[in-house]
Amino acid sequence: MKYFRHLLFPMIAIVAAFVVGAIVILLIGDDPIYTYQLLIGSALSWPDGIGYTLFYATPLIFTGLAVAVSLRCGLLNIGAEGQLTVAALATAWTGITFGNLPAWILIPLACMAAIAAGAVWAAVPGILKAKFGSHEVINTIMMNFIAAGVASALTQSYFKEPGDPILQTRPISVAAHIPRLGQLFSFIPERIPTNVAFVLALLACVFVYLFLWRTKWGYEIRATGENPKAAEYGGVSVRKQIVLAMAVSGGLAGMVAINEVLGYRYRYYQGFSPQYGFTGIAVALLGRNHPAGVLLAAMFFGALTRGGLFVDIFTENVSKDLVLVLQALVILFVAAEALFRGQFVKRRIAKGVKAS
Amino acid sequence: MRGIVSLAIIYSTIRLATPLLLAAMGGLFTERSGVINIALEGLMLAGAFTSATVTHYAANPWIGLLGGVAAGVFIASIHAIACIRFEANQVVTGTAINILMLGVPTLLSGALFGTTGSTPQIPQTELIPNAPVVIAFVLVPSLWYLLYRTPFGLRLRAVGENPEAADTAGISVRRVRYTAVLMSGALAAIGGAYLSIGQSSLFTRNMTAGRGYIALAALIFGKWRPVQTMLACLLFGFAEAASIQMQGVTPYVRVEYIQIIPYVLTMVVLAGFIGASRAPKALGQAYRKEM
Repeated sequence: MKYFRHLLFPMIAIVAAFVVGAIVILLIGDDPIYTYQLLIGSALSWPDGIGYTLFYATPLIFTGLAVAVSLRCGLLNIGAEGQLTVAALATAWTGITFGNLPAWILIPLACMAAIAAGAVWAAVPGILKAKFGSHEVINTIMMNFIAAGVASALTQSYFKEPGDPILQTRPISVAAHIPRLGQLFSFIPERIPTNVAFVLALLACVFVYLFLWRTKWGYEIRATGENPKAAEYGGVSVRKQIVLAMAVSGGLAGMVAINEVLGYRYRYYQGFSPQYGFTGIAVALLGRNHPAGVLLAAMFFGALTRGGLFVDIFTENVSKDLVLVLQALVILFVAAEALFRGQFVKRRIAKGVKAS
Repeated sequence: MRGIVSLAIIYSTIRLATPLLLAAMGGLFTERSGVINIALEGLMLAGAFTSATVTHYAANPWIGLLGGVAAGVFIASIHAIACIRFEANQVVTGTAINILMLGVPTLLSGALFGTTGSTPQIPQTELIPNAPVVIAFVLVPSLWYLLYRTPFGLRLRAVGENPEAADTAGISVRRVRYTAVLMSGALAAIGGAYLSIGQSSLFTRNMTAGRGYIALAALIFGKWRPVQTMLACLLFGFAEAASIQMQGVTPYVRVEYIQIIPYVLTMVVLAGFIGASRAPKALGQAYRKEM
């Protein structure tokens, strides 16, 4: 029953988003049922549909976890986009500069660079919030733009191959490549780009669960998120928890770079992220800030991303941007949960009045 | 250096500051009423796309501008209803609107024009290259007056600082907040329209390119006050104008470093390094009337 209630509102939000989406599709002049068949159906086939869905879900698991950890502390990290940008550049830098090292040192080193860069980039707004009380939302937005600017400038100045018209770094050393799942398991075709980073994403879900619910730090982060004044009174250093939560959040966002740089593109490429950081907000909200929910929600959005490509090709008028619209609608409906809760709230208030 | 300070750069500073100023003024009213407005970017996109589309069909930029304003107000009403009526997290809702407006114009342009996000070219004679600039700079003193010298402005500030007290004094917190959010929709949409049917002659995918966020930065840099916000917009406009001028001129400084100046300055100001910066007290808090 407990699990059912946790699933209920996200499901309602998805259904509501799809209903509004269907109206939009009708207005544009296509058949909503056919469009949705393409959108969902194409993600379920084996091996390509499921394989690509997992590939698209991987970065969303990381950013979803990142946003969820920050929200558990009562903060909203909308800077995952910037954090994963600097992380990707740092990872590529490691993979290029230390390219002579053997794989068993280089790969962990590059992964650490990804996590560290993301953590540092997110810790800055955390420190600013803890020290000066400045709002983390504004600072993380600002740092998204700063990340994009700095990454572009550094790539131009130091990492680009001379004459390359594309804004991207040189390729990383082959020793830094992490294998695709198809190279490890014979039942998965090698053409599917899902790589070891997906396994790391699953491990990250377990890590976040253990961290938040089984450690003292996690407990203090959640206490801060629930009620900072009570937490402070109970001996928790709220300022420390804010910085810690932001750093962990940024580290998780930074892990997107492992999938992107070490597992897929093998270089930093400006603009590689189609707003993974912002989709992470949708993933975290839909997943109710719980690792298990984040995993499910990321799979859902991964499937939509895959299906969107088919919608683009096989429908008359609707483009893959339908996915963006659905995503936004899901966020709106999850955020405005009270819309569906109206009766519940009234009843609870009535009960409260009686009890007092 | 001779080329940096010239009439041309002053002119281009004013033109580049105009969309920021319009959006920032809208955002300022919303935030002074206690509602966070991250959605400026999306509202600008709504205005930019709709005004270009309507101008294309109606062959009249003023009807186009009106259409853009209507679209901005409509999209802002989604933000308003979610935040005020359903007490949704204001930052989250704003983010959703920005994502929505990244998708909707592209989706519609595909259906209407068969493109991947752009509208057809609008002939030169059907553009309004100057009117929005005038509107923007005339608005600043009027909005200042509205905010500080009228009963509405007083109510707005009261609602943003202390909604309980305002409510006790008989002010409808919700009505004031609705008005403020819808105003921001209209103003940001004019800012967006200026991009598509003023500076340029068509809408292109994501054409605001973060200007809504710069406008947000400007209003924070301006400490939620109209005149300071205008100066911040001019400063940020100048940074953009200078970075355009310097493109390819100086090989030593990359333009990106000039482009990020507004963002860095905003963080510095927000941390309180340049005089105290204080947000409206009730910013971000939904208000539920006590029964």
